[in-house]
Amino acid sequence: MKVLVAVKRVVDYNVKVRAKGDGSDVDLNNVKMAINPFCEIAVEEAVRLKEAGVATEVIAVSVGEKPCQEQIRTALALGADRGIHVETEGRIEPLVIAKLLKSVVEKEQPQLVILGKQSIDGDNNQTGQMLGALTNMPQGTFASEIKVEGDKLNVVREVDGGLQTISLTLPAIVTTDLRLNEPRYASLPNIMKAKKKQLDVFSPADLGVEITHHITQLRVEPPAERQAGIKVEDVAQLVDKLKNEAKVIS
Amino acid sequence: MSTLVIAEHDNSGLKPATLNAVTAAQALGADIDILVAGAGCAAVGEEAAKIAGIGKVLVADNAVYEHQLAENVSLLIAEVAAGYDNVVAPATTNGKNIMPRVAALLDVAQVSDVIAVESADTFKRPIYAGNVIATVQSSDARKVITVRTTAFDAAAAEGGSASVEAVSAVHDAGLSSFVGEEVAVSDRPELTAAPVVISGGRGMQNGDNFKLLEGIADKLGAAIGASRAAVDAGFVPNDMQVGQTGKIVAPDLYIAVGISGAIQHLAGMKDSKVIVAINKDEDAPIFQVADYGLVADLFDALPQLESAL
Repeated sequence: MKVLVAVKRVVDYNVKVRAKGDGSDVDLNNVKMAINPFCEIAVEEAVRLKEAGVATEVIAVSVGEKPCQEQIRTALALGADRGIHVETEGRIEPLVIAKLLKSVVEKEQPQLVILGKQSIDGDNNQTGQMLGALTNMPQGTFASEIKVEGDKLNVVREVDGGLQTISLTLPAIVTTDLRLNEPRYASLPNIMKAKKKQLDVFSPADLGVEITHHITQLRVEPPAERQAGIKVEDVAQLVDKLKNEAKVIS
Repeated sequence: MSTLVIAEHDNSGLKPATLNAVTAAQALGADIDILVAGAGCAAVGEEAAKIAGIGKVLVADNAVYEHQLAENVSLLIAEVAAGYDNVVAPATTNGKNIMPRVAALLDVAQVSDVIAVESADTFKRPIYAGNVIATVQSSDARKVITVRTTAFDAAAAEGGSASVEAVSAVHDAGLSSFVGEEVAVSDRPELTAAPVVISGGRGMQNGDNFKLLEGIADKLGAAIGASRAAVDAGFVPNDMQVGQTGKIVAPDLYIAVGISGAIQHLAGMKDSKVIVAINKDEDAPIFQVADYGLVADLFDALPQLESAL
């Protein structure tokens, strides 16, 4: 079966992002960009399905400006077979990304679409679920384990109380949580090979999707700072402070 | 103007997250109704009707809603939402799972993880793992919002007398089914609702050492959490993770043990009333947010703390 994996170009997770002084936006000048960590887990899972003989082809798709082709190449180096870039300009919202992905799904007819549960820039946690609604496909969000069983997909999900297992008809959507797998590193030969893999570029117009904006970012600001408190000498002083000063234990 | 709040529940009782969502909904300045979707959930409807300031409680009681399968419940919410200007749900794993599906069905954006309501269309929400707070304005006529429960006080659970109405719509998408669940069985309070949380990080060194936290947790009536580093290292399961990609907590007392204080973790606990950090590295960033810091080897400090309590 064919597996479609969505990847997003985001600020590297090691970078501490700050709001610009004038509050107009975050300062992304000269910061290192990378594949979103949850998307990397999605690519790894798709590649493992291929290695296990379950998937026949893995297609990596990214929506964004031209440089996101770097992240598609990363996915190709990790083992995806070919790439699709939907080239857009400027800020783009999850609903529109989901609509663009829906068009790609209609074109490619994958049996499984794997996405990260959220991107570490917008922290929206929406795209996979929205794609599910638009394509009328079931979703296994926050997945920590997936297993294809005949024409069904079993998904173990990370939920508030623990783990939930659901069974989905195929085609289906999966969004990844941290424990699904541990992504591999791309080897140098695979990075070289990835440069030669097929990468098709589409515009939103090619896919018949109009870019709309529903949300305006008015300003950004740093979070309220918490004041550092005091250092205590030992456990006895700590317990005394908690009992008599903070009064949070009795 | 009217707002529909989606109840968080387990079919037998209402979850406190619902009360936080009601407070957020009140800030929108519209009349509030509550939707309870579940199976055998009549008692939840009765409980929701007692929340102060609610117009009516809609109860969709059918087997297809029993396990909150997103495919089914989103169709129900999208149908009921036709009569409302706003749909608000707590940003629990359920809310996060279902609401974007609702938004897409309604062809509107979703505003996720709202921490403040500025006006009926303007909201604050954390981005970049809480490093930045964005103020966003929605131009959609119908708004779909999930709210971070720790950012809003709980509404009064008693004092209201809303009417309860049954919703007969049955939506079975036929796409998904419930197989089973492993709910962590614990006598301790739930992480997101506990008055005291004690969390361990990479400094715990392995999963076994989390036992050192148990005795203290028992004495304090605390829930036990973990940093993402401890989860990534395989010490403990992910449902214990406190942080931007895990659970967001705001207890009266939060004790961070062997946690360096990555922004990812701080985003999940920095609204706690009192923060205690125990770490042997005196330069650990966790001390910058801690009210009380103890620079010590946790393997010495934890047994001492347990016997001192």
